Amino acid sequence: MSIGKSATPIGKVRGLGSAREGGEHWISERVTSIALLLLGIWLIASLLFLPDLHRQTVIEWFHAPSAVVPMALLIVVGFRHALDGMKVFVDDYVHEPGNNFAVNTLLLFLAVGGGALALYALGAVAFGANA
Amino acid sequence: MAATKSRPLSPHLTIWRWGPHMLVSILHRATGIALSIAGLAILTWWLVALAQGQETYANFTKMASSPIAIIVLVGLTWSFFQHLLSGIRHLVMDSGAAFELGINKTFAILTIVGSLLLTALVWFYILGVRA
Repeated sequence: MSIGKSATPIGKVRGLGSAREGGEHWISERVTSIALLLLGIWLIASLLFLPDLHRQTVIEWFHAPSAVVPMALLIVVGFRHALDGMKVFVDDYVHEPGNNFAVNTLLLFLAVGGGALALYALGAVAFGANA
Repeated sequence: MAATKSRPLSPHLTIWRWGPHMLVSILHRATGIALSIAGLAILTWWLVALAQGQETYANFTKMASSPIAIIVLVGLTWSFFQHLLSGIRHLVMDSGAAFELGINKTFAILTIVGSLLLTALVWFYILGVRA
């Protein structure tokens, strides 16, 4: 255990322990996947068990908190998980640092923009007068 | 990175004999991309159409029940179940389990069988029982 005393870089690092950070993206991907396991099954089961998918039926369904809240969570967690996953794909294949930054930034904007649009539409349905 | 142009690459897709584990790994990525792009786009489109009014929603449901749309939706349903089941497989493997050749292969095959079965079940219900 030579903390900072060694002349070589590996010697300096030994004994210092892990950085305790750097795993956020990996952890986020897993935690959101567990949430989506529940929320995804909830959405598919709900759509299957609704009497029909006519506009009035769906709007009435979205007037209940028991439907709006999981749907809002599904949107937020779903877009986050998609962004985490697409980042892995981009980092694997877009190596040039400038291009990598550009594509990842574009994906971030698309995910935040898409999520905001979906949340807005859900809010309009849930809280709207629904003529 | 220009300097890395002539560095040797590790053997890639063409050299390996195909097996279920390899197929499931590739499918996990492909279905993830399909769900991220087409899945979230259609979910958002549906919510926006719902919020827009009777006419927009009628147009949406008319389009969504065309034969081509049904094929896309069946594909996305399968993508969801395949990604969900291979995602569970990844979570198990993240814990350090199921790396032995036999169980790894069996688990991979089970995700394929499971996703096909669940997709068939959902669409049998939609087109056979409820329609």
